[in-house]
Amino acid sequence: MGGILVYALHDGNGEFNKNSLGALSEAGRLASELGTEAAALVVGDVSDEQAQGLGNYGVSKVYRAKDVPEGLAQPIVDAMAKVIADDGFSYVLFGGGLLGFEIGAGLTARLDAGVTMEVTSVKVADGKLVSERPILQDSQIADVGYVSEPGIIIGRLNAFDVEESGGTAELVDIDVELSEWSTRAEMLNRGEQRGEDVDIEAADVLVGGGRGLGSAEGFDACEELAETFPNGAVAATRAVVDAGWYPYAAQIGQTGKTVAPKLYLAVGVSGAIQHKVGMANSEAILAINKDPNAPIFEFSDLGVVGDLNKIMPKLTEALKARKG
Amino acid sequence: MKICVLVKEVPDAAVQKRIDPQTMWLDRSGENNLNPFDTHAIEAAVRFKEGDELDVDEVVAVTMGPDSAQRALQKAVALGADRSVHLSDSALEGSDVCATGRALAKVLESENPDLVLLGQQSDDGECYTIGAVVAEHLKMPSLTQVVGIEVDGDKLKCERQAEYGYDTVALSMPAVISVGDAINEPRYPSLKAIMGAKKKPLDTKSIADVGIEASQVGEDGSRTTVIALNEPPAKEPGEIIEDEDTAETVEKIVSWLDERKLI
Repeated sequence: MGGILVYALHDGNGEFNKNSLGALSEAGRLASELGTEAAALVVGDVSDEQAQGLGNYGVSKVYRAKDVPEGLAQPIVDAMAKVIADDGFSYVLFGGGLLGFEIGAGLTARLDAGVTMEVTSVKVADGKLVSERPILQDSQIADVGYVSEPGIIIGRLNAFDVEESGGTAELVDIDVELSEWSTRAEMLNRGEQRGEDVDIEAADVLVGGGRGLGSAEGFDACEELAETFPNGAVAATRAVVDAGWYPYAAQIGQTGKTVAPKLYLAVGVSGAIQHKVGMANSEAILAINKDPNAPIFEFSDLGVVGDLNKIMPKLTEALKARKG
Repeated sequence: MKICVLVKEVPDAAVQKRIDPQTMWLDRSGENNLNPFDTHAIEAAVRFKEGDELDVDEVVAVTMGPDSAQRALQKAVALGADRSVHLSDSALEGSDVCATGRALAKVLESENPDLVLLGQQSDDGECYTIGAVVAEHLKMPSLTQVVGIEVDGDKLKCERQAEYGYDTVALSMPAVISVGDAINEPRYPSLKAIMGAKKKPLDTKSIADVGIEASQVGEDGSRTTVIALNEPPAKEPGEIIEDEDTAETVEKIVSWLDERKLI
């Protein structure tokens, strides 16, 4: 059987994404169970040392397409399709994140291949890989198999743990001819930071604000509440960051940060999967939301169904009074 | 130019969704809502038509699904689409992402659009992939999860958030763009628009009409198979407080925090 190919995303300077490193480790583990090998594909500006260093995460070979730009999916679909056609791979694996979704989807169409996304775990059954894919707001888990090769697996954020195995990888430079349509998208500016640079990863208590706050001003109340805790900070959902209500640096989830504070206090946060994956490992979760059907109540330790505009100021007041 | 908007009918958010244990497919019998993310795609298309930066002749809503999916098309038309196309065929049942993308690409091909817009995700499948699958079949550049589009000559300058912050990408048309809900605030349809929606042209097509063979879609055209459905690990349900008396609620929250030594 063919091996497992993993796309390793980097920041443009060869600093690899943690979710990609997790996918490499997972591919290495699965490959040894299947009796095959795992390989990585990188594009753009990656040094020999950086590329070979991926061997430390469980892959034996690294394909590098220097002329393919990093950050846009379709040129990377061209690169992966070429490697798969030339060397034959049975599975393609992506760590959680946005670009993996796009590349995996493009490969599905290009190779007429099966794809599963938001995969939380991969197992071996009868010499084949089976993806575990939570569905219906995580209320059930589907075991999904592939009826043809390659099978494409797109992980959920933080699904795969990074493990260092200490190996080095063989580096193979490849030339890729881009499809005409892959050249019709141009990256003008990548990775722009919006809003001030705030640190939410060191906080013990995070007050996470969502669209239920109603406006950017709602975050003033969040900040006041966070200040009542000794090491509190304010975090945000993607929806409110996209709306310009709060800085990108404070964003939790799919394309933001992953946090695990002692307390996550969610106000006006619905609890969409993309947010959940960034904060579900918090030690305690307290949610205030007016919608009793909000998914956040499915995974909070204490859920308060009510109007945050009434509850939050009184809670802040009570906590301030206690502090004295 | 022509803009096609891909739309989808999804189960109402308040309805408990279930999987049919026989077929392993989502039970779609009770569906009645236009996917909320798609309303943003329609709004974006209608704003292009109303504005003068792009010369838009028509906005066409396109869907695939059973007869009930026509309700999603009617809502799309009430929100401003000029007409709609419904790909409906029993052979489509059970299509996975691969087969669905192929079918949608074929029906779009028959419309020959200059721009395809869609919502970045559906409420039911939680999958962000259809836009990129369709784009690859149509051999068009694409970008997903876009929260801003600006017309720049013959290009569309798109903004979206990716792993390292905000990216700005220029796409040449024809192109496929999936949009997030921060892109705009969809309008409410007027009563007149709702009443008029049923009179706008609705084209129902079978797979043969758009050149799809039955073996390419449905279960035969799918490349994945659901082997089993399992329950997630049992989790102790959290405590729920309904806020009736806020002073009392706050007291309960404070003592809960206290018990856990969080304050």
